[in-house]
Order: sequence, then C-alpha cells, then structure tokens
Amino acid sequence: MAAEGKINALHQFELTPSLGALGEAVHFSQSTLFMLIAVGLITLLMVAGAAKGAIVPGRLQALAESAYGFIHDMVVAQIGDEGKRYFPFVFSLFMFVLFGNMLGMIPYAFTFTSHIAVTFTLAAVVIVLVTVVGLVIHGTHFFSYFLPEGAPPALAPVIIPIEIISYLSRPISLSVRLFANMVAGHVMLMVFATFVVMIGGMGVVGYIGATLPLALNVALVGFEFLVAFLQAYVFAILTSIYLHDAVHLH
Amino acid sequence: MSKSLRLAALATLAMLPAAASLAADHAAPGGHAPVTGMPQLAFGHPEQGGYLVGQVIWLLVIFGVLYVLMAKLALPRLAGVLEVRRNRIEGDLEAARIAKQSADAAMTQHRTATARARAEAQASIAAAVTQAQDELATKTEAMNAKLAQQIDAAERQITAARDAALGALRQVSADTAEAVVARIAGGADRGAIDAAVDRELAARGHA
Repeated sequence: MAAEGKINALHQFELTPSLGALGEAVHFSQSTLFMLIAVGLITLLMVAGAAKGAIVPGRLQALAESAYGFIHDMVVAQIGDEGKRYFPFVFSLFMFVLFGNMLGMIPYAFTFTSHIAVTFTLAAVVIVLVTVVGLVIHGTHFFSYFLPEGAPPALAPVIIPIEIISYLSRPISLSVRLFANMVAGHVMLMVFATFVVMIGGMGVVGYIGATLPLALNVALVGFEFLVAFLQAYVFAILTSIYLHDAVHLH
Repeated sequence: MSKSLRLAALATLAMLPAAASLAADHAAPGGHAPVTGMPQLAFGHPEQGGYLVGQVIWLLVIFGVLYVLMAKLALPRLAGVLEVRRNRIEGDLEAARIAKQSADAAMTQHRTATARARAEAQASIAAAVTQAQDELATKTEAMNAKLAQQIDAAERQITAARDAALGALRQVSADTAEAVVARIAGGADRGAIDAAVDRELAARGHA
C-alpha cells in the first residue's frame, strides 16, 4: 500500500480465504481461523490451568484462576447469586472478545473483533439471551419492563416507545462500541506505520523525521493493549447489567 | 504437563504470522474486484459478502463450541480446584482454632496447677516453721526445768554443807576451848564452855 504512495488503512480488514480450496468452499476466512486460534488458546489456558489443581497455584494456574475470579466476582456483583447460572456465558464472551482483541495486537494477526458482523452477532446473541431469560423468568410480566414503575399512565404512550427503542438500541451500541474501538485503533496504527515508511524513504532527513510517527506508534500500541482489555471488560459488564435487568426487572 | 502445553501455546502464537501470510498469498493471485469503502460493510462484494456471511455462521459455531468447552469442561474443573482450596483453608483454620483452644485450656490448667502448688508449698513451709518453733519451745522449757531442778539440788547441797560445816565449827570450837581451858586451869566445866562458845558464835552471826 505504502509502496504506491497511497495509504490504504482499511485493506487490513479484508477477509481472505484460509485453509486453501476447502476453506474457500466453506467460506473459512482468516478471521474464522483466528476465532479458532482464540478458542484453542482460551481452552488451553483454562484446562491446563486447572489440570494440576495445586493448592498453591503456579503462574499458569494463577492466570486461569484470576480470569475465573475476575468474571465470577463481576457477574455475582452485577446480577447477584442467581447470576451464577450465566457465568459460563459471560466468561466465554469476555475471554472470546479479550483474546480476539489481544491476538489482533500481534503483528500479521487478524483482529476478528474489528468486524461489525462479528461484534453485532455477539451482541445479538446477548440480547436474544437476555430477552429469553426475561421471558422465561417473568413470563408476560417481562413487558412491564418497558413502563417503569411509578411512571404516570398518561405518559405511557411516550415512555413505552422510548423504552423499546432504548432496549433495541442496546445490541447496536454494544456492537458498534467494540467494532469502532478496534477499527479506529488498527487504522491509526496502520496510518502512523505508513507514515514511518513514507517519511523514512526520504533519506537522512526522513530517518529523523520518521522517529516521530514511530514513537507515536509505540505509545499507541501500549494504549491499544489497554483498549483491548477495556473493551472486552465493557462488553462483559454490559452483558451482566442487561442480564441483571432481565432477572430483576430494574 | 503444563510445560508442554505452554510450548504448544507458544508454537501456536509463533505460527500466526505464517498462517496469515499463507492466507494472504492464497488471496493474492486471485485478482478479485477491489473492495471499496470499509471491507467490514462490503456485503455486496462478490467475495467479501460470502466471507462476511460465512464469518457470522462460523462465529456462531465456534462461540457455541467455546461455550460448551467452558461450561462443561474448563470452568467446572477450575471451580473444583477453587473449592478444594477453600475447603483446605477452612479445615486448616478450624484445626488452628481447635489447637488454640486446647493450648488455652492447657495454659489455664498450668496456671491453676502452679497457683495450687505455690499455695501448698507455702502452707507446708508455714507448718514446718510452726512445728520447729513448737519443738524449740518445748525443748527450751524442758531444759529450763532441768536446769532449775539442778540449781535447786545444788542450792540444797550447799545449804546442807554449810549447815554441816557450821555444826562442826561449834564442836571444834567447844573441844578446842575445853582443851585450852583444861591445860591452863587444870579441868574445865563443859557446860560453861558450850554456853560461852554459843554466845561467841551468836555474836559473830553464826548461830
């Protein structure tokens, strides 16, 4: 891209087939490959971490246990003791998004969380689950969620549509937040990296000039690691909050 | 076990660039229509659209597999490990509490035993002191009585000896006076002499 003197920061998000002709036939892209790698690494971490079952944990076990404790505590704090049923789901979601974001920080790796199709599918799974949970627990009483208690009945025609829109916009905000964060980070990294190559190609002055975008990129990489963790956490905690609403109705 | 797993994880991570470049190489010779705009939204593109839809379906399958692996395999195992540790810690705390209780009981027992022993020791010391004083008093009394008796006996002996001596003195005086008078006067009146001796002795306080 840089060789042509044009910055194409979006090219990195294009899907390309993996696993040869077979992959092409089943639309198995590099994005899907990285999803599999993420699931493999998560399973490896959690199974290997629990394998020894030591009373005093080693490093791998401590990592697996802190991941478990972090999400378990968050789920119980947000939803309450009833929330333990949803812990495996929230945990899978958090680890999947976290590993997707973190794998994306490795050079040449693909960030599957930078695809709105992926983040929206995850958010849709969340919202469908939340709605099903609410309907199973509360039956038709679940729909009282759209008219907050104590609201004057006269305002119902205004409040109910607003509540419904707000409910339906949850998957959109949930998915767009993660998608936009990952895309913006990777576009910025690509743009500054391209600057480094372009300015660096201008001889001695270029070498000195290129240090600025390079330094900026170094700082950005650190920042992107923070964003990678933070967005996974936000995704998980919002899922917990939505589940709390479905279980307790406000 | 965990070492080999760690190696496997590292190898997987190391293979990522290779996997990515393999995918890129495969894509390159195709020479498909260029993607305009965001590839994430290119649902209408002949190749990208198919992969985008495939991505969603694969995602549902893969995430489902992850959920089952976590819910049925990994998380219950880890929960078991955490449960074992919690039980172990609670058991150890309980054992420590019991040990502390028995230590406290032993300490109390020890204190009372010490106090009792001290009291007993003081009582026996006091008894021994009293007994010794009593014995001493008895012995002193007996000794005093014996000494008083001996003094009495001695005094009586002295009085008897003095009386005897005094009686002899009168006899000797009378005999001497009779002999002297007889030598000088050629015969003596024993009665007058005894009276004279008695008078003289009385005059000197030896009656």
